[in-house]
Amino acid sequence: MTVVPPLTDEKRRAAQKHIETIRFETPFHPRIAALMQTNDWYDWAGYKSANTLWAEELEYFAIRAQSALFDISPMVKYRIEGPDAEAFCNRLTLRDVSKLRPGRVHYTAWCDDSGHVLDDGTLFRLADTRFRLCCQERHLPWLLDGALGFDVAVTEETEEIAGLALQGPTSCALLKAAGFDGIETMKPFDIRDFGHESGSVTVSRTGFTGDLGYELFIDTPLALSLWDRLWTAGELYGIRAIGNAALNQARIEAGLIVANIDFITTDHALRADRVRMPDETGLGWMVDLKKGHFNGRRAIEDARRNNSIRHVLVGLEIEGNVPADHAIVYHRKKREAGVITSAAWSPTAKRNLAIASLERPYGDTITEDLWVEIYALHELRYTKLMKRATIVPRPFVKLPRRTATPPADC
Amino acid sequence: MKRWDAVVIGAGHNGLVNACYLQRAGLDVLVVEKNDWIGGAAVSRELTPGFTYSNCSYVCSLFRPEIMRDLELPRYGLQVIPYEGGAVFTQDGDYLAAYHDPHAHRREIARFSARDAEAYERYARDVTRQCRFIQPLLMRTAPDPASFRPRDLSELVYLGRKFAGMSAEELQLTVRFWTMSISDFLDEYFETDVLKAYLAVSGIIGTALGPMSPGTAYVLLHHYMGEVDGAVGAWGFARGGMGSITRALADSLRASGGTIRTEAEVDHVLIRNGKAEGVVLAGGEEIRAARVISNADVKRTFLKFVDEKELPEPFVKSVRNFKIRGSSGKVNIALDSMPQFPALPEDSPCLQGDMHFTDSIERMERAYDDWKAGRWSADPMIDMVIPTTLDPTMAAPGKHFMSCFSQYCPPQVEGRDWTDADRDAFAETVISQIADYSPGFRDRIVHMEVRTPREIEAEVGLTEGNIFQGELTFDQLLFNRPVPGYAQYRSPVDGLYICGSSTHPGGGVMGAPGRNAAAEILRDASKSTRHVSPAYDVI
Repeated sequence: MTVVPPLTDEKRRAAQKHIETIRFETPFHPRIAALMQTNDWYDWAGYKSANTLWAEELEYFAIRAQSALFDISPMVKYRIEGPDAEAFCNRLTLRDVSKLRPGRVHYTAWCDDSGHVLDDGTLFRLADTRFRLCCQERHLPWLLDGALGFDVAVTEETEEIAGLALQGPTSCALLKAAGFDGIETMKPFDIRDFGHESGSVTVSRTGFTGDLGYELFIDTPLALSLWDRLWTAGELYGIRAIGNAALNQARIEAGLIVANIDFITTDHALRADRVRMPDETGLGWMVDLKKGHFNGRRAIEDARRNNSIRHVLVGLEIEGNVPADHAIVYHRKKREAGVITSAAWSPTAKRNLAIASLERPYGDTITEDLWVEIYALHELRYTKLMKRATIVPRPFVKLPRRTATPPADC
Repeated sequence: MKRWDAVVIGAGHNGLVNACYLQRAGLDVLVVEKNDWIGGAAVSRELTPGFTYSNCSYVCSLFRPEIMRDLELPRYGLQVIPYEGGAVFTQDGDYLAAYHDPHAHRREIARFSARDAEAYERYARDVTRQCRFIQPLLMRTAPDPASFRPRDLSELVYLGRKFAGMSAEELQLTVRFWTMSISDFLDEYFETDVLKAYLAVSGIIGTALGPMSPGTAYVLLHHYMGEVDGAVGAWGFARGGMGSITRALADSLRASGGTIRTEAEVDHVLIRNGKAEGVVLAGGEEIRAARVISNADVKRTFLKFVDEKELPEPFVKSVRNFKIRGSSGKVNIALDSMPQFPALPEDSPCLQGDMHFTDSIERMERAYDDWKAGRWSADPMIDMVIPTTLDPTMAAPGKHFMSCFSQYCPPQVEGRDWTDADRDAFAETVISQIADYSPGFRDRIVHMEVRTPREIEAEVGLTEGNIFQGELTFDQLLFNRPVPGYAQYRSPVDGLYICGSSTHPGGGVMGAPGRNAAAEILRDASKSTRHVSPAYDVI
């Protein structure tokens, strides 16, 4: 052996420096940091993200009354491209991808072969043979292994693509004023490319708030100028940057679930009994048995046939106004029936909401006489509350403007 | 003549754990140790002024927290400091680091493979699931499947229930884990050789097997099921060196009234009418005791300390065939300044963790090939740590202690005994490997302690210098450790027990064998075991 030479692979050497910033900054960080007043950061998948910027309650009302700008760059993104891209996505996910036209996006989920949910996310059909999968967790080995035999290339592109969510009643008008001509003709789940500087920005009419809103995806080098474009146009439309806390309130009102909050994904479950099938996480409606084989199909069909599905995810409305985070759900105040996974007071519905995972038959055939036990800690004394919970349909808050095309003021 | 309630042979960590539990049950216990220091292989000695070594074992994770608490070891100075991670240096001038933060770790792996970066999560999940299965077994006496005693039956039912509670997928994985080679196992998750080489180290340490040998996947698990303050899989340094563990045990023992005698080498166990009645020291002194507990390995205990005719022939044969093979050596180095590794960024947290230079499974396997031929590895696998980066008590400011565990190192050199020249040549393979990555390394060396299996056996008493007191292969685990029929710390000789790493659950500075043995001894003596806490729940 001789003395080891210095590393000449420049790319690998440059990448060594990642350890100097354990919490990565997103492409929008300079703008968000300039607006940050609370210094309330949190870790979203390894990124430094805003939990609040100035005040959670006020940020929430930016979503419901004006336009709220939220950085979604930490969302994990995969590019799926090739002649067999549709066939591959159809094999991978629960819904029928052949029904997803180019220029459309749908919410979907995918399972392992035992029918347990690996993640949920959105599948964008950017072109006939090109897709983008957006999700919370990381799946590259699963996707690459699943691609065997398909003429398709799968690439992880989280860092290359920056993302923004613009949500709220004035969002359409704001985008129009920012020069996104024809934005008002986009229907929910439409995708359209708009020019931006030297490149383009991909806009979808999607969001995580149950409100009128859009998500914008752009190549990272153009990220800041996109932010500035929206911010400048937004002045007259009440644009505000918001953090996760406000968004979380809105998403609970919309009845939307979050992987590894409302259910445990298969790759994360250290306890084998914590994994869940689509029918146990409120995603059973996605399962399309009319299409061909997909991962987990056999197990899902078997479970349905054998009646062996053990859990169910439900929306609950709870008496009173104390949020019931992680409270135990009881039947007849006695028997444990499940646990609350997310909870919030809804400023828009003026109701106390929760999403819960119940063990069947509770939530399935037994839906009455459910109670939650809330331990409210105030000034170092617990008040133990037993409050009635009623199963209600999700979304809890349904806003006509979410789906109206064109939106009212556009 | 005084008759002790129990005499423990060897003041290693398991012997001391055992003695502590017995003494606290009211027995009058004497520990006899052949050296003029205590600690066995958990020992810290100052061989050159100003430097404290961890002469044998060098990092801590497996030592059971229940024992630390039962025996009040923090009160007697025990502190374990977790360390960050580590790195393997590559031959092209790069390195692959293991970082504590999961996202930083993912980004680090992504420098080599985007796929492997995202594969680590599932790998960690599977390993953790296995650890959660095995961890509760550590602090229980393995059931004897041939016995119909109620306790054995209930333990068998416990084991059976654990298996029955598994999904088909988990059961498949469990059996694969127990039987596969670490190389094959890692191939199921990863494609990057350097990553596999980093992870495979835990599969071969202390074992006379290569990364491609079946059974090494379990050895990896054995190194993952420890914890530092509840962080499963974490490793740390014992502040003050590994000897601080046995020092704390000794102080705890003395505080409860126990006695330790050093420079008291046992020649043989005194046996009358098939019953152990004490020990006879090398000088001929007889020590009487109601029971004898040996912390020595199973071969030393029954082939050296006990007259063969006192033992049933099949037992002797099983003990002879017990695999306890020397496979590793150790180079402890005192440095007058911190070594530089130009490949690493300055202040890299990797410098506080375990560093390796073997960047492929193939190099690791080739190192094993040398061992099979009876030679030390020309290109050894080194597990190197510098505890003084986190522990200021082991050397003066600016000075450092470096521990280099090296594999492979045969018990004999091509069939003959080790010589001093062999030992120096073995050390040179270690020093030159480090020096290749650390310019000026040799000039920093103040003192060096080189330990081949010859030195380890002579000094610590571990047969062939095997750090685990016997291979951790599945044929030698659970109710087959050390030998079938004698897995419950008892022996064919009444009143003679074993409590070292040769017994279930095996090696590493864990303390569980010593603790489990104490519980059995106390049951035989009809004494309370209420002070022997059960294993913490795995929830």
